[in-house]
Amino acid sequence: MAQEKSHNKTVYKLLFAVIGMFAFGFALVPLYDVFCEITGINGKTQGRYEVTDAKVLEVDESREVRVQFITHNNENMPWEFRPVVAEIKVHPGELTSVDFYAKNTTSRTMTAQAVPSLSPSRGVDYFHKTECFCFNQQKLEAQEEVLMPLRFVVDKALPDELKVLTLSYTLFDQKNPDQASSGELPMTFTINEQSVATR
Amino acid sequence: MSATVDTALDNNTQSDHEHHGPAKGIARWLFTTNHKDIGSMYLWFSFAMFLLGGCMALTIRAELFQPGLQLIEPEFFNQMTTLHGLIMVFGAVMPAFVGLANWLIPMMVGAPDMALPRMNNWSFWILPFAFALLVSTLFMEGGAPNFGWTFYAPLSTTYAPDTVTYFIFGVHMMGVSSIMGAINVIATILNMRAPGMTLMKMPLFVWTWLITAFLLIAVMPVLAGVVTMMLMDVHFGTSFFNAAGGGDPVMFQHIFWFFGHPEVYIMILPAFGVVSQIIPTFSRKPLFGYHSMVYAVGSIAILSFIVWAHHMFTVGMPLFGELFFMYATMLIAVPTGVKVFNWIATMFRGSLTFEAPMLFSIAFVVLFTIGGFSGLMLAIAPSDFQYHDTYFVVAHFHYVLVPGAIFGIFAAVYYWLPKWCGNMYDEALAKWHFWLSFVGMNLAFFPMHFLGLAGMPRRIPDYALQFADFNSISTVGAFLFGATQLLFLYLVIKTIRSGEKATDQVWEGAEGLEWTIPSPAPYHTFSTPPEVK
Ligand code: HEM
Ligand SMILES: [Cu+2]
Repeated sequence: MAQEKSHNKTVYKLLFAVIGMFAFGFALVPLYDVFCEITGINGKTQGRYEVTDAKVLEVDESREVRVQFITHNNENMPWEFRPVVAEIKVHPGELTSVDFYAKNTTSRTMTAQAVPSLSPSRGVDYFHKTECFCFNQQKLEAQEEVLMPLRFVVDKALPDELKVLTLSYTLFDQKNPDQASSGELPMTFTINEQSVATR
Repeated sequence: MSATVDTALDNNTQSDHEHHGPAKGIARWLFTTNHKDIGSMYLWFSFAMFLLGGCMALTIRAELFQPGLQLIEPEFFNQMTTLHGLIMVFGAVMPAFVGLANWLIPMMVGAPDMALPRMNNWSFWILPFAFALLVSTLFMEGGAPNFGWTFYAPLSTTYAPDTVTYFIFGVHMMGVSSIMGAINVIATILNMRAPGMTLMKMPLFVWTWLITAFLLIAVMPVLAGVVTMMLMDVHFGTSFFNAAGGGDPVMFQHIFWFFGHPEVYIMILPAFGVVSQIIPTFSRKPLFGYHSMVYAVGSIAILSFIVWAHHMFTVGMPLFGELFFMYATMLIAVPTGVKVFNWIATMFRGSLTFEAPMLFSIAFVVLFTIGGFSGLMLAIAPSDFQYHDTYFVVAHFHYVLVPGAIFGIFAAVYYWLPKWCGNMYDEALAKWHFWLSFVGMNLAFFPMHFLGLAGMPRRIPDYALQFADFNSISTVGAFLFGATQLLFLYLVIKTIRSGEKATDQVWEGAEGLEWTIPSPAPYHTFSTPPEVK
């Protein structure tokens, strides 16, 4: 119909908008991560921290911060997983090491991934991990146990009113059959630093 | 509704490629490209869905009549709440407005038909299949979707019944249908207005639909995207919403509500348009503040994109997020207030009469405002921690949707039905319909405010004893409201079959192109465009 032809331009523009918005829906996924990373919303802690400025490690003796550790197993994750100490007091600027204990309680080899989340989320920018077992996956033989290290330093710029930081780890089974193929998909590339929905 | 259109005079000059009247039998409805036929089909379909979704609501209310589990299993209860919500939103309210758009927009802008008549046929006929797919899940193993109309992950992914796949395809089809409908509306309005019909002369119903159509184009694809991600999580091992694989269930809520909040305006803006047509007619005064009405609708639409997280105050947002979404949400109340002010100012010192369309419109203004106020209460982030996921939210959105969207649709049907079928409806019966609906609806939903404030959670099949009284009142109201709608069905059929002949203008104070053509509207109208001064 001649009539329909005259509408082609409008229709193409609108179809373009439709496809654009469909793509935007998917773009929200990485945007969401970027947004959370920039703003520190969501308790996503940062990746490995390189000490480039020696001043970071000058200890501020005047203040003490309580750092608490909590652990969760994701559903169907049978491992034993707990912090060796539940809470320590540190001075800002003090490089501190703590251990987490994990044991594969099953009779097969399994791979696990721990995902961190810090609360309150405002503290995220001031909590630097120089080393963390969460940067890698953990592979344990049947009944094997392991002590996993975390080294961190609390930034001296930490706002005064933040006196307690709680770091939570959730342990995920990486070879869970229903996520068997997830390793290949782009969604999981940034796996280390994703947040956990344990609220 | 257009049964009598068969016999309608068709004395307009026709261009060669158009038919001279409707085809006979079922083929007319299957293959029609006529905007009036398609409009009628949309409206009938919507009414069927309204009754189906209504039966589900009554099942819910029957179970909640008393504390304890009496009639249905909790699992089935969840399927009922889910399907009720989905059917009412996507099957009743949205198609009804598309039906009105089909009937009215060409007649209001002086166009012979919708811009893309064949696509129009498609966008309607997809719908029955989409809903057949959705409703058929009730009879499948594992039962229908049970995760609520908001289908939050992981309830709708990790823990979903197998039928979730049918749900996803159903939503895809509804999305395609709405998008095609929206494209059609925009093309019609932008390209097919009669000479002289400038944008700022368009009736408000046309304006609100133009803006609604843009909202649809913007957010239906996002909805399609989010269900596609669910599909991939369920079947292809991705982890968009699965924390175990690096995804985030909270992100589901963000994407869903990015669609969801504009969606609630998709359901109310056309009703704003309807009421803005009706109130001036029965006040015998022009609409107060036409320009501000148009700008208000535009700003509501734009603001609706930046308030979505008011549905998520309790997920653990940082303070800044809570504040931003709280103030942005409250900001929407300003243009909404402008509209309410203008409707009231239109009535002020008018010579009012209270025929059924006007009664529904006045009830719309009053009761929608109550819903707006409860919305404002919910928008206060610190108090929302108390109200969230309680019956207070249920009360809020039913106050904006039932006397808002649904009363808007009733008002529109009474107002234009004489134009569509050529007969006046029975005013006495229509008043009965209004008052019974009004009483039933308030009985059903007003007590829910108190229940919510007292702490009754939503989406539960059983409740603590202290909520018993308000719940039983609410159930009585719901059955009254539901039964009354059969009266409406009877009334509409009666009007199509018989009744006093309507004049061309139908209502004494009515203005606009649609009132210049004969009643009933001929099968083809405005084949030669009218001149608008
Ligand atoms: C002044 C205008 C409005 C404001 C300030 C407002 C505010 C809100 C807020 C804050 C919530 C979330 C409550 C919670 O879950 O805790 C909410 C829920 C809701 N609103 Fe509104 N609202 C307004 C108008 C509307 C309109 C016009 C509609 C639809 C026509 C609507 C439909 C809904 C629906 C369906 C929900 C519940 C969704 C669900 O969780 O199932 N609202 N509203
Ligand atoms: Cu909203």
